[in-house]
Amino acid sequence: MTALPAQTQKKLGLVIDLDICVGCHACAVNCKEWNTGGHSAPLPDNDPYGADASGVWFNRIHSFEVVPEDGGDSRMVHFPKSCLHCEDAPCVTVCPTGASYKREEDGIVLVNPDTCIGCKLCSWACPYGAREYDDDAGIMKKCTLCVDRIYNETLPADMRVPACVSTCPAGARSFGDFGDPDSDVSKLSAARGGYALMPEQNCKPVNRYLPPRPRKTVAEEAMGGAGLTPVADSSAGVMARWLDKILSL
Amino acid sequence: MSGPFTTVQEQVDVTPDAIDRTEYTTCYMCACRCGIRVHFKNDEVRYIDGNPDHPINKGVLCAKGSAGIMNYKSPGRLTKPLKRVGPRGSGEFEEIEWSEAMDLATEWLSDIRKSDPKRLAFFTGRDQSQSLTGWWAGRFGTPNFAAHGGFCSVNMAAGGLYSIGSSFWEFGEPDWERTLYFMMFGVAEDHDSNPIKMGLGHLKSRGEAKFVSVNPVKTGYSAIADEWVGIRPGTDGLFAGALIHELLAAEKIDWDYLARYTNAPWLVIQAPGTADDGLFARDRDGNPLILDGKTKKLVSALEAGGSPVMSGSVDIAGQRAVPAFHLMAKRFLDKSYSPEEAEKSCGVSAETIRRIAAELAHAAFERSIELDVDWTDWAGRKQTKIVGRPVSLHAMRGVSAHSNGFHTCRILHLLQMILGTIDVPGGFRSKPPFPRPVPPGPKPAGHKSEANKPLEGMPLGFPTGPEDLLINPDGTPKRIDKAYSWEHPLAAHGLMQMVIHNAWKGDPYPIDVLFMYMANMGWNSSMNVPGVLHYLTDTNEDGSYKIPKIIYSDAFYSETVPYADLVLPDTTYLERWDCISLLDRPICSAEGPADAIRHPVVPLDRDVRPFQDVLIELGARLKLPGFVTADGSAAYPGGYQDYIANHERAPGIGPLAGWRGEFGTDQGRGAPNQGQLQRYIDNGGFWEDPFTESESWMKHGNKDYLTRAHKMGWIPSTDRIVMQIYSEPLQKFRLAAQGFGPAVPPDRHKDRIETYFDPIPFWYPPFETTATAQDYTLHAITQRPMHMYHSWGGQNAWLRQITNQNRLYLHPDTAATIDAGDEDWVWIISPQGRVKAQIKTMHGVEKGTIWTWNAIGKRKGSWGLKPGAPETEKGFLLNHIIPELLPAQGDGFRYANADPVTGQAAWYDLKVRLEKCTDEEAGETEPMFERFEAPTLAPSAVSADGVLRYGKALHPTPSGKPAAAMAEWIGNQKGHKEGGNQ
Repeated sequence: MTALPAQTQKKLGLVIDLDICVGCHACAVNCKEWNTGGHSAPLPDNDPYGADASGVWFNRIHSFEVVPEDGGDSRMVHFPKSCLHCEDAPCVTVCPTGASYKREEDGIVLVNPDTCIGCKLCSWACPYGAREYDDDAGIMKKCTLCVDRIYNETLPADMRVPACVSTCPAGARSFGDFGDPDSDVSKLSAARGGYALMPEQNCKPVNRYLPPRPRKTVAEEAMGGAGLTPVADSSAGVMARWLDKILSL
Repeated sequence: MSGPFTTVQEQVDVTPDAIDRTEYTTCYMCACRCGIRVHFKNDEVRYIDGNPDHPINKGVLCAKGSAGIMNYKSPGRLTKPLKRVGPRGSGEFEEIEWSEAMDLATEWLSDIRKSDPKRLAFFTGRDQSQSLTGWWAGRFGTPNFAAHGGFCSVNMAAGGLYSIGSSFWEFGEPDWERTLYFMMFGVAEDHDSNPIKMGLGHLKSRGEAKFVSVNPVKTGYSAIADEWVGIRPGTDGLFAGALIHELLAAEKIDWDYLARYTNAPWLVIQAPGTADDGLFARDRDGNPLILDGKTKKLVSALEAGGSPVMSGSVDIAGQRAVPAFHLMAKRFLDKSYSPEEAEKSCGVSAETIRRIAAELAHAAFERSIELDVDWTDWAGRKQTKIVGRPVSLHAMRGVSAHSNGFHTCRILHLLQMILGTIDVPGGFRSKPPFPRPVPPGPKPAGHKSEANKPLEGMPLGFPTGPEDLLINPDGTPKRIDKAYSWEHPLAAHGLMQMVIHNAWKGDPYPIDVLFMYMANMGWNSSMNVPGVLHYLTDTNEDGSYKIPKIIYSDAFYSETVPYADLVLPDTTYLERWDCISLLDRPICSAEGPADAIRHPVVPLDRDVRPFQDVLIELGARLKLPGFVTADGSAAYPGGYQDYIANHERAPGIGPLAGWRGEFGTDQGRGAPNQGQLQRYIDNGGFWEDPFTESESWMKHGNKDYLTRAHKMGWIPSTDRIVMQIYSEPLQKFRLAAQGFGPAVPPDRHKDRIETYFDPIPFWYPPFETTATAQDYTLHAITQRPMHMYHSWGGQNAWLRQITNQNRLYLHPDTAATIDAGDEDWVWIISPQGRVKAQIKTMHGVEKGTIWTWNAIGKRKGSWGLKPGAPETEKGFLLNHIIPELLPAQGDGFRYANADPVTGQAAWYDLKVRLEKCTDEEAGETEPMFERFEAPTLAPSAVSADGVLRYGKALHPTPSGKPAAAMAEWIGNQKGHKEGGNQ
């Protein structure tokens, strides 16, 4: 019911490298602390010290184990998830008031708190579950890609990126313009086979996930998995070889 | 735009004034000590992020650090000094003024000092000011001091410092830029956490290195390893020993490195049954000897130019001697270290062991690195190249917390020495002030503890033989924790975990005051928690407590506070001065020294005081030497900040190394500078002084480095530091057990000393594995989640939303043996007791191992948590069922459940069995301890309606500035990049 821009000047988004994400939650918590005082302030927490603490988080880490059907080695996956700033964002088109919208200049999907009526249609429409309802204020909130940081001349240059990106200890998060095929993020994604989450939903998400690299087997390849060859048949034989060995200090 | 509804275009302010000012200080949300920026809006803390210039974290910040606001706003904060009025453990206190609290503490401590100072036991937990607290204890005159290293790090510290003069833990780091093969042993998420995450991200993104994780559990860092080796707990030493076996048999050995930088060629006397057996053959000046293979003469190992042999034997004045290498090789070439034998205990196939050994050899010798670096070796010879063996290892918790951790750590360092990978490009590199001589000085003080007198030095140190033990003539311990006794001779971090037990038992003697700081000994920092709570509350016949007086300082209402008689409330880290000192645990990188400060960035809003201020004032009130001037007035009337700037431990050497000297122009050594702290603040809270390239490598034998290290006061001389594959100090203890030397152990300890003070590292099964009846077939281990490791408190409003209940994790096949599945409740049973837990199955765990997140469980009434908090109803601790003592020996004697060399608490040795709970038993954890009352605690930031809306008042205001151009950021390039891609 709300229109998307025909096209955006930029397609800003994140690259999340699943090869090196260790699931430390730094991005989630740093996002929380920036945004609770930022554009969408506050990100409230209900019963924060009690039985059922729950709050608004724009970024959450899902940790799970993938077990191959053949019984091979399982893989622990730490999967950070926030709004993917889709090109065909169903959360926008479903919005009955025009509150949910995609910015023409950079593609960031935002919610206008003045016109949001808290009907939650957008959260039903989002296949990724990336929207966060603030039941305290009665409006929908979501990742803003730190729109109050990335262009903000009042902040030092190193802060002009989303909080989740600058804080990531493993360096697993990158930020840039996917609309430009020559941008760093476009090239990084292309080089590593970055993929869109659930493409079958046809939302054309902007964010890209980098799959784990093939496990390193440099040495295995070099030796075909063989062990070392002993220099003698017995321990005594090995040690006997060393009797004549002379080194220098 | 078109459609039935069009967007009412929102005017988004992209240049709001979000921040009014920024202060630079140091994080304390864990042990990592990252540089942080604390940003303010309307004089409230708006946001905390990493300081991009800081040597530790280079701008990144973890989940803990990012949740610092909720530490500072915690409703678990103490607000006033407290005096106990109800029984211990009840939580009934009355608030008192600081004047009364200080008078009371002074009175209690003064009585002791005037009579018998050792009746004070002062143990300081997660203390980042040990160079002050240890010095205070020494000035007081009690040997009974340590921090929490006895249950944390001492196996890593001592294992490294007695082998290579450095250590894993935080004392060194892999060369993340160049290493091609990185092996991590066990849980390592606890220390150096951001540097390791940054390093792993970088190492993997280079795309050419292999990362192998050896760990029974595939979590955290293991999840991104190229290869996961799901080993059985406590067998890492055997696994690494088998790798050594393979490397030796194939002669994949860096001979030159071993000859030049280790004691591998030093001759060891082989004269069993004599006082010289196993000691180094020495010349008249005491220098160790080598056999020169060219001249066939014995020459000093410390002279340049010799041509040592590594094998064979030589006759020296009627005694046979062989190179240390020969002895080491003989051990590890033995069949007991073959891959086939290792497989039986480790659960890792012989094939895998052989392959990994081959991969190590390939990386070290086929892919070696050569850097063109002009440097000067220890003998003054100019060198133009550095050869790097790009293999590096790291280990910490998983190895440290086993009763075989000391020797396992030594085996890992031996593996690195054989491959020639220490302090070379691509290898493991020490951070200054390490390496130090092996072992470093000084020796522990505390031989004499006399009324009104200080000790002769610092309570903690490094013995080099039995004569350094703190024992009475009858062989009994002098320290309350029995550190540096025959029970735990190299207990370089003390045994905090045994203090409460021993004080209760009066073994080796009763004490009057137990004084603790930031150590949750009434809960997750103790083994056998039910027992410890009994020791804390047990009374004599007259109704008096067996531990007469307990003083405790903590910023929060932890589970230990209710057991104190006097509570001295501390501040949070944003409200205080601190120094991250080179005299303590360093924050340096291998590229150069660094230190840092904390300074108060927010005002105090309650009646609490920084613990270090309190300690310095107590020192002055007690007139401890050093804490008062000649006329008896306070030496540091300005408190901790005064001490940080003006204290000199040795002439010109103080807590901070930067901007010393009257004008702030000196580094390392120099007179105190009254402007020093301001210089730190102006520089973003830290100081660093990078090494030149010529100082950066082969530090053990690099003249430029050794000269600088000596000048900075890190090492006593510029002599080269020789790494020790063979430890003579250990052999001296073994000789004592055989009846030789100045001090001989009592009979009951002889076999144990002889066995475990082997000068060559060896693997033995963890004690509990052998001591526990065979019914207990499962290993039970713990770790903390990365978002909580080493953080202080379960009260963090944000972090507890991520984890507030721990499950027991186990393999589905293991769960099937008791017919249990996900969400079922089980009893975890050890000989010590049982704990109830809810289970979750996973495949990434060794089948004989169960594990859980540690310290999630909290006691009702603690930390400002509300009734019903899952931490208090479903969260559980394994601590309850870990015994603090080993089973009785034949004579009834019980050793601590600890490493026999270092006294490190062996809480990873736990063996258990499982029983499925009945339906009636499910739903809540056990044991469940009584809720205690809480005094008035600080208000949280939660509104009256129960909702936390932090930041609502911090909403940004318009700046009116134009928008800046957006810039890209590529994570692994650590910052904005102008075009180009990696």
